Amino acid sequence: MSHSNVKKKPVGKMLLMGVISAALYVLLLLKQDVIISYIGQGGVYAILPIITAFIFSYVHGSFTGDFWTVMGIEAAKKKKEVK
Amino acid sequence: MQDIAQAATNFVDLESWNLIYLFLVGFVGGLVSGFIGSGGAFVLTPAMMSMGVPGLVAVASNMCHKFPKALIGSLKRAKYGQVDVKLGIVLGISAEAGVLYGAHIQEGIKKSFGEAGSNLYVSAAFVIILAIVGGFVLLDAWKTYRSGNAQEEEKATKLAKWVQSINIPGTMVYFKCLNARISVLFTIPLGFATGMLAATIAVGGFIGVPAMIYVLGAPSLMASATELVIAFVMGLGGSFKYALSGLVDIRLAMIILAGSLFGIQLGAIGTTYVKPFMIKVVMGVIMVIVLFSRALMVPVYMSQLHLIDEISAGSAALLKNVSFGIMIFALALGAFIVLRAMWQGRRAEQSAARAAFEHGEA
Repeated sequence: MSHSNVKKKPVGKMLLMGVISAALYVLLLLKQDVIISYIGQGGVYAILPIITAFIFSYVHGSFTGDFWTVMGIEAAKKKKEVK
Repeated sequence: MQDIAQAATNFVDLESWNLIYLFLVGFVGGLVSGFIGSGGAFVLTPAMMSMGVPGLVAVASNMCHKFPKALIGSLKRAKYGQVDVKLGIVLGISAEAGVLYGAHIQEGIKKSFGEAGSNLYVSAAFVIILAIVGGFVLLDAWKTYRSGNAQEEEKATKLAKWVQSINIPGTMVYFKCLNARISVLFTIPLGFATGMLAATIAVGGFIGVPAMIYVLGAPSLMASATELVIAFVMGLGGSFKYALSGLVDIRLAMIILAGSLFGIQLGAIGTTYVKPFMIKVVMGVIMVIVLFSRALMVPVYMSQLHLIDEISAGSAALLKNVSFGIMIFALALGAFIVLRAMWQGRRAEQSAARAAFEHGEA
């Protein structure tokens, strides 16, 4: 018997984001010399680390969020009333 | 060209054990940040410096991992209804001003008294502020625990009630987490102090969160979640400022982020299982332990400034190592309390669900 309110775990989405995240990290480390030579100059290149941080946070943040869900670690069912 | 050569020397070669080390410290720091809204930076910055990263690059890279981490953490906690975005942005903007002013003071002290003077100022700020605020937070958590009222709704302090009762026309703003209108003339100095502390000891939340709880009257869970919005605003501005000078090592920042995003998601989930006073317990415990860590370094800097008799190089190195060890212990203990509280909360929920199921069967 299965409960009707059991949510499907986002395994596919987690794997997809995990692969993209891993690819981003591999790219960052393989091309580190080029990347840091630009970022190290500062000035207009200051936008590069900011954009990089946003992209990584979206991809890796999505992966890590789904990772804990797939592992079965989710927020308490009865959300606490904070006020 | 000289700038490029300078920039190249700012960035260290990364070895695999460095990556694992930063990933793990990032995870633990993220776990604590997800729970209490800040923390981790006081270990991460010295950890990077111990790998040979120059001080300013360590500060800049830490900041560049902080704002995306805080963004993900605040989005997660917003899902649980714990974030007051308006209060976070209002405090965050004044905190940004505090960061700039704090950095300016730091530069002035460094120019007048050198590196040791600057270190002494930072350590003294750590010890004094953490002793007062950390001691108060821990005492309050202890009183709540002893009173047996841990399950009850938190009450605003007398100070917060007074702040909420003051009406200054033209400055009043409604904040949902307070369910009250308060004057921004109260929030501006609090945000400013948070930013100044962030510029001085890297963890503005040690002022920001207690200020929201005790001065403004926000519940602990909302204060710690809203601190993540402040950290995002401060971190984004600070990172851009450092990036303009080419000081951000994006590799270090993203590797720490890799661990800390695992941690912050878990810490945020943890807040839904615990009693609100646990936020104060974790924050107070970390603050008081870190205070001892920094206090150990005060004689070393005083000796460097010839304010006391000279301490031998061996003793200074020993004090430095013990101090760093105590900081790691503070962060690890904080993470342990979070995981333990979360584990207990999950077990209680599961046994309640089982009991309800069995009751339904009977």
